[in-house]
Amino acid sequence: MGYTAKFKVWRGDDTGGGIEDFSVDVNEGEVVLDIIHRLQATQAPDLAVRWNCKAGKCGSCSAEVNGKPRLMCMTRMSTFTEDETITVTPMRTFPVIRDLVTDVSYNYEKARMVPAFAPPADLAPGDYRMAQVDVERSQEFRKCIECFMCNNVCHAVRDHEENKTTFSGPRFLMRIAELDMHPLDTVDRREVAVEDHGVGYCNITKCCTEVCPEHIKITDNAIIPLKERIADKKYDPIFSIASLFKRNKEGRQSAPDTPKATK
Amino acid sequence: MSEIERHSFDVVVIGAGGAGLRAAIEARMQGKRVAIVCKSLFGKAHTVMAEGGIAAAMGNVNSHDNWQVHFRDTMRGGKFLNSWRMAELHAKEAPTRVWELETYGALFDRTPDGKISQRNFGGHEYPRLAHVGDRSGLELIRTLQQKIVSLQQEDYRETGDYEAKIKIFAEVTITRLLTVDGRAAGAFGYYRETGNFVTFEAPAVVLATGGIGKTFKVTSGSWEYTGDGHALAMRAGATTLNMEFIQFHPTGMVWPPSVKGILVTESVRGDGGVLTNSEGTRFMFNYIPDVFKDKYATTPEEADRWYTDPDNNRRPPELLPRDEVARAINSEVKAGRGTPHGGVYLDVSSRLPAEVIKKKLPSMWHQFKELADVDITKEAMEVGPTCHYVMGGVEVDPDTQQTLLPGLFAAGEVSGGLHGSNRLGGNSLSDLLVFGRRAGLGAAEYVEALPVRPAVDDAMLADAEAEALAPFSNVGDENPYTIHADLQNTMNDLVGIIRTESEMVDALARLQEFKVRVKNSSVKGGRAFNPGWHLALDLKNMLLVAEAVAKASLDRQESRGGHTRDDYPKMSDEWRKINIICRYDGEGAVIEHQPMQPMRPDLLELFDVEELKKYLTAEELPTHDAGSDH
Repeated sequence: MGYTAKFKVWRGDDTGGGIEDFSVDVNEGEVVLDIIHRLQATQAPDLAVRWNCKAGKCGSCSAEVNGKPRLMCMTRMSTFTEDETITVTPMRTFPVIRDLVTDVSYNYEKARMVPAFAPPADLAPGDYRMAQVDVERSQEFRKCIECFMCNNVCHAVRDHEENKTTFSGPRFLMRIAELDMHPLDTVDRREVAVEDHGVGYCNITKCCTEVCPEHIKITDNAIIPLKERIADKKYDPIFSIASLFKRNKEGRQSAPDTPKATK
Repeated sequence: MSEIERHSFDVVVIGAGGAGLRAAIEARMQGKRVAIVCKSLFGKAHTVMAEGGIAAAMGNVNSHDNWQVHFRDTMRGGKFLNSWRMAELHAKEAPTRVWELETYGALFDRTPDGKISQRNFGGHEYPRLAHVGDRSGLELIRTLQQKIVSLQQEDYRETGDYEAKIKIFAEVTITRLLTVDGRAAGAFGYYRETGNFVTFEAPAVVLATGGIGKTFKVTSGSWEYTGDGHALAMRAGATTLNMEFIQFHPTGMVWPPSVKGILVTESVRGDGGVLTNSEGTRFMFNYIPDVFKDKYATTPEEADRWYTDPDNNRRPPELLPRDEVARAINSEVKAGRGTPHGGVYLDVSSRLPAEVIKKKLPSMWHQFKELADVDITKEAMEVGPTCHYVMGGVEVDPDTQQTLLPGLFAAGEVSGGLHGSNRLGGNSLSDLLVFGRRAGLGAAEYVEALPVRPAVDDAMLADAEAEALAPFSNVGDENPYTIHADLQNTMNDLVGIIRTESEMVDALARLQEFKVRVKNSSVKGGRAFNPGWHLALDLKNMLLVAEAVAKASLDRQESRGGHTRDDYPKMSDEWRKINIICRYDGEGAVIEHQPMQPMRPDLLELFDVEELKKYLTAEELPTHDAGSDH
């Protein structure tokens, strides 16, 4: 059942690096991460790779396999032919630390900029009542394992480093949509979505949806509805007048009392 | 000695799973400055793997449920070796901890009247587990992670600095706890990314490092599960308790080999899945032990009725506590009635419509489809036991979670006591929340009451640095990966699910050889993100933990929960009264016995005397009437 596969793995650090060739044994039922582990155990003990659960649940082992963003633990070797050379490189959008490990701190910084969930002040713990049908919309987005492959693949940052300061990527636009659709949340994040997270940069090419290992419909179910709600607000005459009294950045950050248009 | 980065905090939390994050939240709410140190990225801890849910007697689905019933179930599941005080606190506080998560933004599945839905699980008398499909652990960790972010946002509004009160040190491994005059003083470790060292000076340290799964070959645990907290605590002068009790989850994947051990959630059985052998027999009916005889159905017909009419039928035996099911599967396979890949069948396809399976068990459907090419809506899964959880752990005070070392606290899987000899499914996530919070509170109160903060001196750090760098200067040619594989095989084969004296004696001899081999293991490459070096350091922890497990297992001459002795197959009332304590003597693990505290009379009264007779010695039995009302 076993065979010897040809692997090309990117090795190096922030000062540079390149592809290294390996010949390595493959057994039945294995995934790309197994082969990377075999390389560590037998040929390259210092080969750097992130991984945790090895079951597609933690989102640590994201990399690009033959140029496509993949979780290495969920990429079965049987999806390749035996004579195929398999190339594994780090995610391209984030700076390399070493080998397959990248600096994903961009994502954590963006996460910190999304105004948190804010329930009604007078609602006591234990008294929360929500219908299943109402929580399901946000539940879809909470399946996210934060592998950051959607942010890796999004051309708005993948090909435009300069957009990283103004654009948070699909992961955090989806997080805004998730909070927006939470039945008991009281904050309006539409302005934040535009000003701080750059929702306008998304031109709905759906690359994020394609790579999502959780099969979340990021574009259709999160970003497009978010864009629609923003459009509603922008062209609503009352909001247009209100926006003349524009709040400063701090004001936006601490505005849990802003009423929601629809909930 | 090189210049070492130093930080000063009130509380340092080591580990960023459910217990660590809940401890950090609590310490911060008490006004303390907190560092969270995690081996992985923030939000990747092993808690994400939890599938079934959080056990809490909210009574949303069956109003008969209450803390007393949950307490009884927990004690029964642990075969009365539990710390009854922890079991009491756990059962009483779990509902509040779950409701609190909703205020942080958690979105659990709902009942028709809009409350948190609760599902059935092994050993729980009523539907009790708050859940989100089969990704409950992900919901828990994300919710706590997002709560921490929201606290950082509050701190930002107040001070202009997100990290004024809570700072996260991701991908940092702690190699040593620092102590001064018999008290905790901080922790020393390295950044995985750079290999640079870092010192945390803090009067209170909370260990929340999780389990020890990576000492075993077939495990549901991730690479992080190297027993760091257990080993750090023992080396710093604290103790571990009852390390022989290891839960082998009955249903891990057995095929293909690369996923062997990965968990198949108990919810599959809770939602109707049945176990059959190669002859098609639903074999669990043959394995109902005497202590549970009156609680479980004896025919498939009654068992099936239970799913729709639980008040008038007894539970299916597939939902016996995990230790019972794991042993049953082991016996079936040994008797030659296993599947082609050495497991048994777990079938939900013939029990539920495909759409319901995908709705209730989406991760399982996905996992089998992607990793094993099996469609669980059409065919049965092959499953077998996998090392899942260590019930034993660092000995703590039940109320404050403080260890025997003042200033050192422990919560979650790394701590011991709550689960006794066997943990019920769902009681882990609730454990993290209840005792994570208590550890954070205990640490904050300890810091508050401390008159003088301990000072860390440079000599201590030079020694810690030398120890951490040793693998680079070792001259031998032992490969750390090979030693690790040998250790895992030894523990799996000789101190595994069924144990016997001669094998454990053999294991202990091998562990001594591994200690020598680790000293001869050398590391190639530099210090920046070097997994070979990381493993060489983790191995020392795994070896100490493995020794503690093997010695405690050899010592306990009875079978109970997660400790099954071929040579002592019966449960012993006398052994129930004994906690096996492990400490580090400078060379390795040494054990001693500690008498179990007798249970408080009001808690004892929650049980029928007839039931207590199954576990307690005659002189321990209370005098209250049998058949009292509950």
